Amino acid sequence: MEYAEIISEAIGTLTVNKLRTGLATLGIMIGIGSVIALISLGQATQQSIQSQIQSLGANLLTISPGGQRQGAVRSAAGSNTSLTLDDANTIKTSPQINTIQNVSPELSRRAQVTTGGNNTNTQIIGATAVYPTVHKLNMDSGSFITNRDVTGMTKVAVIGPQVMSDLFGDGAAPIGQSIRINGQTLTVIGVTQSKGGSGFMNQDDIIFVPLSTAQKQLFGVDYLSSIALEAKNSDVMTDAQNQVGYLLLSRHHLNDPAQADFSIFSQQDILNTASAMTGTFTSLLAGIAAISLLVGGIGIMNIMLVTVTERIREIGLRKALGAKKKIIITQFLIEATVLCFIGGVIGMILGVLTSYLISSLAGVPFVLSFFAIFLAIGVSGAIGILFGWYPARRAANLQPIEALRYE
Amino acid sequence: MADVIIKASDLKKIYQSESVETTALSSVSFEIKKGEFVAIMGPSGSGKSTLMHILGALDTPTSGSYILDGEEVSKLSDDQLADIRNRKIGFIFQAFNLLPRTTALKNVCLPMVYAGVPKEERLEKAKKYLEMVGLGDRIEHTSNQLSGGQQQRVAIARGLVMNPAILLADEPTGNIASSQAAEIMSIFQEINEKEGHTIVMITHEPDIAEHAKRIIHVKDGKIVKDSDGHRQRKAGK
Repeated sequence: MEYAEIISEAIGTLTVNKLRTGLATLGIMIGIGSVIALISLGQATQQSIQSQIQSLGANLLTISPGGQRQGAVRSAAGSNTSLTLDDANTIKTSPQINTIQNVSPELSRRAQVTTGGNNTNTQIIGATAVYPTVHKLNMDSGSFITNRDVTGMTKVAVIGPQVMSDLFGDGAAPIGQSIRINGQTLTVIGVTQSKGGSGFMNQDDIIFVPLSTAQKQLFGVDYLSSIALEAKNSDVMTDAQNQVGYLLLSRHHLNDPAQADFSIFSQQDILNTASAMTGTFTSLLAGIAAISLLVGGIGIMNIMLVTVTERIREIGLRKALGAKKKIIITQFLIEATVLCFIGGVIGMILGVLTSYLISSLAGVPFVLSFFAIFLAIGVSGAIGILFGWYPARRAANLQPIEALRYE
Repeated sequence: MADVIIKASDLKKIYQSESVETTALSSVSFEIKKGEFVAIMGPSGSGKSTLMHILGALDTPTSGSYILDGEEVSKLSDDQLADIRNRKIGFIFQAFNLLPRTTALKNVCLPMVYAGVPKEERLEKAKKYLEMVGLGDRIEHTSNQLSGGQQQRVAIARGLVMNPAILLADEPTGNIASSQAAEIMSIFQEINEKEGHTIVMITHEPDIAEHAKRIIHVKDGKIVKDSDGHRQRKAGK
């Protein structure tokens, strides 16, 4: 008997029993589809977090004031006040520093913002004209704060898209409108482009005002909450970190780096921290995917076992009519392979579609995980074929008379 | 004309389960010649089913020799037995054992698929035999669309299509209505007389057995009576 005959016999059996074929395909489909969707979504989320962090700006160093120290040399003026605009200006102008391209002094506070009938609580950032360069921020409409705004302490504000929709509603024209922060009225001069993100790092829920306006008119302070530095390129990050570190130590009259009242993070540091966080997240997803794979596999196994077991009498008949053992096993192997192939292809398409749909609904990038596709199809296919083949082999080894009598 | 198709000598079958030995057949010897229509009769537990399984090459005897159409069958491997069943034996089962949801035509084709007969020849032969059993107009009906008698007729066509040395029927009328049973018996007599097919039929019903030309009575694993050349009852007449 030729293989073409066995294949046509196997496919004939599959088309004759449409319900059984359909159910088996469905089981394989769901098993494969869910694993692909799950892993793809997990990777998409992870990638989204990483790209958000990277979108904060490459070559970025951030100086933050340090925490309270034991045996403090400095007075209790507070750890938050150790950075000043002078620090920022010195970094910019110091001849010892040749690795820094841009310096962006910043003051960040949360405040209530009102306009007309709406209000929101959001992050206010006092910034200078270099902020968009350092942080890779683009304007959607209007313009950003200029150096003249900073020196002239003008009452202008640039708002993020989230703030715009909170205060003015979607599709409004906020430029030229006024908003009130801490009793001061500011005129909106621009709206930034969406940078995406949500939760702990929403870069759209933000208002920028000139640094001088924020310090003197809104919050009445003279320190900075951070200084962002843009290094000339990513190779000099460590040098830049050291140069700036020693400069600030000497400016703050500290000898021992261990006593520093500030800390410098590079983008890499933040990425590393985030990677550690997303690592946990990834293991969680991997765990869920493994369970789905197991459940899918067991589903496929059951369907294949049932499919073959209910056909033991048929196997007995085929043997009685002269089918050799090998032919029976080959036929069932082909049936299982065809089922797994059809179920696998449909499941793959469904899984990819599902992850595409969910990622577009949840606003995370769509990632096609080839690893997930290979894993899901490999494992489910192997299980399907194994459990299609194994009971068929057992049945083919039965005496035909036992198989015919099987209840 | 008097070729020996079946020569069984000293057939024994002992079933061994744990410590208990059950003798199903003890020293059975007989011959069946080409063109005979033999009924093997006996009550349940007499060993007639065991005998049928051995004659059908579905099982091998514990000892003894079974020569079917000149080939010693008792010592063959599983795959060799499958080949013997395919070429030399046409089966008719009590429960018909057609493939479910499959057309009469495809059911009749099945033994020829395993014999490697080309497709055109298979269809042609299957149609011919279905017409012979009076189902020429139902070749595309699936087995569940046919009555019990019709299903058994499909099974007869399937049993004959390889032109086997013997047609082996196991309680062929056990699952069908008595009116249709007469039809099946008349087909048996017709193919036996007109086509010269050798038929071995296992049954426990005396009035079904009477349709055969010869009746072998089995009891307690032994042949107790072999009434050769007995009067034969004509089906439905």
